[in-house]
Amino acid sequence: MTGATLRHAGWILRGNPLTGVAAAGIFLLMAVAMLGPLIVPYDPIVSDVPQALMPPSAAHIAGTDQLGRDVFSRLIVAARLDLAIAISAVGISFAIGAVIGAICGYTGGRLDRAVGRFVDVLMAFPLFVLAMAMVAALGNRVENIIIATAIINLPFYIRFARAEVNIRRNVGWVEAARACGDSHISVVLRFLLPNVLPAMAVQMSLNLGWAILNAAGLSFIGLGVKPPTPEWGIMVAEGARFISTGKWWLVAFPGLALMLAVLSFNLLGDGIRDILDPRMRT
Amino acid sequence: MMVAFGATIMRAGRRFLSSLPALFGVLVFTFLLMRVLPGDPAVFFASGPNAGKEEIETIRKQMGLNKPVPEQLMLYLYDVGRGNLGRSMMTGQLVTTDLRQRLPASLELTFTALLIAVVSAVPLGVLAALKPGSVTDHGVRLFCALGVCVPTFVSGLLLIYVFYYLLGLAPDPTGRVDIFASLPPSRTGFLLIDFLLAGDIEGWWAAFRQLILPAVSMALFVVAPLARITRASMLVSLGSDFVRTARSVGLPWWRVVVTYALRNAILPVITIAGIVFSTMLGANVLVEKVFSWPGVASYALDALLASDYAPVQGFVLLMASVFVIVNLVVDVLYGIADPRVTIS
Repeated sequence: MTGATLRHAGWILRGNPLTGVAAAGIFLLMAVAMLGPLIVPYDPIVSDVPQALMPPSAAHIAGTDQLGRDVFSRLIVAARLDLAIAISAVGISFAIGAVIGAICGYTGGRLDRAVGRFVDVLMAFPLFVLAMAMVAALGNRVENIIIATAIINLPFYIRFARAEVNIRRNVGWVEAARACGDSHISVVLRFLLPNVLPAMAVQMSLNLGWAILNAAGLSFIGLGVKPPTPEWGIMVAEGARFISTGKWWLVAFPGLALMLAVLSFNLLGDGIRDILDPRMRT
Repeated sequence: MMVAFGATIMRAGRRFLSSLPALFGVLVFTFLLMRVLPGDPAVFFASGPNAGKEEIETIRKQMGLNKPVPEQLMLYLYDVGRGNLGRSMMTGQLVTTDLRQRLPASLELTFTALLIAVVSAVPLGVLAALKPGSVTDHGVRLFCALGVCVPTFVSGLLLIYVFYYLLGLAPDPTGRVDIFASLPPSRTGFLLIDFLLAGDIEGWWAAFRQLILPAVSMALFVVAPLARITRASMLVSLGSDFVRTARSVGLPWWRVVVTYALRNAILPVITIAGIVFSTMLGANVLVEKVFSWPGVASYALDALLASDYAPVQGFVLLMASVFVIVNLVVDVLYGIADPRVTIS
């Protein structure tokens, strides 16, 4: 990063201070995810039934659940699992989608059309329903939530990378690289993909938020993560049984955690886009 | 006018034909996906854990599970072609019957949610676009940013807490009507319409009160994309020459905004509304679970957890078909909103 880029980033940050807030939020999330079990006041798994369903107090700042477990501690510990699912799913889907999309956009022709059809089929599903069916088919495990989330993200990356590479395949520097004896594969991997990366970073940041919501939704309906593992979606699902008797903290705090995580990733995505291309701001 | 209409139908027809391969793909894909589901459904539906081998074998034969997979696929496709989606092992009914009974509940919910979302998002977007950079604009932006971050199941539950537990305004959040209420004769399956047709205003009000919370929690999630696209599209349209001309000849401002600017800004909004509708069909699963709504999504979820193939396949096919129909409607609306589209 050169001085000019940094100055530009600084100028953008002054115009949209939310990006800074988002970056701080993500930093906090990462720290919590890494330190999680070390910093919590209570054990997130061990139950303490006499203390069950207590509203927030000085001892339990986010209250306790139906087994007397500290909601705040469970929230903190859950951050690692929720982030790990979202990041690995988006990472896998980015790695595969970018390469497939780039190859399709570069070569065009029959392969491009076949992949295009496949993407159409994938998009013809309501994606959440597809993820549901896949987790059920592959087995109710965390790895499978990651795979399902990665697959439903795939069409977006393939389309995106395809479109971005396609408009660049005939530009001067691609021709120059070819003329210098670079193979097609080398042109795609060393020249085209790096050029597409910044735009895809925006997409990734926005998708991370979506992936978090998806994973939480899956565990909310009973697919994927199993209790007593602390995870935000499950915590909401467990709290749902007590909402009509007024135990709001069991739903509100995990909901707040989900919201803050998704909000940070979305704002960061918008911020990166502003830095890369100020014209796209809406 | 007739020419434009005919052209719209032609274009919609072409789009429909080109979506058939995708529908077929969906069909085969779900079939294969369901065949790798863990657990043997024959064992699940046998009389008990100690059902004899013979009994399980009989059920397997009855379900056609003893045949090789390609043959099962051909049989399945043949059945689907004749409009037979198989029988649900859970309810013992034909899947088509189950889906037909439950689809109106899901559609009523989704349409109401879409209506709420559009009716609130378009004015918000227009207001934001009229004064970019103002407090209203930032307020709308903040609302949108927060709206997409709250999962539907969380907002649904919090709405229940506020309107049922705290304020007591909403009825018990389970199902479409009170279990003791008398149902109107089913004509459309849409309770709001059926109650109106039966002239039962009290019943209509009760059904409406049951519907409003799930619909709002679904709408909250999709107001954001709609409002954002309205704002962006209105900004372009308000900055164009024809709006300046309309202003300069002294037309009242609301006419400039609504008739001139909004009419021209509506195309992208229709596109996003179509996308939003299909997202909502997926989100139905979550909302129907929170509010115990007797729709198709909760039916499919129960079937999925019980490895009951036929309903899940039927549901996914239904969703994909609805998706295709929605795209068709979007195409037709496009032609009506902007006749130029059909010419090219």
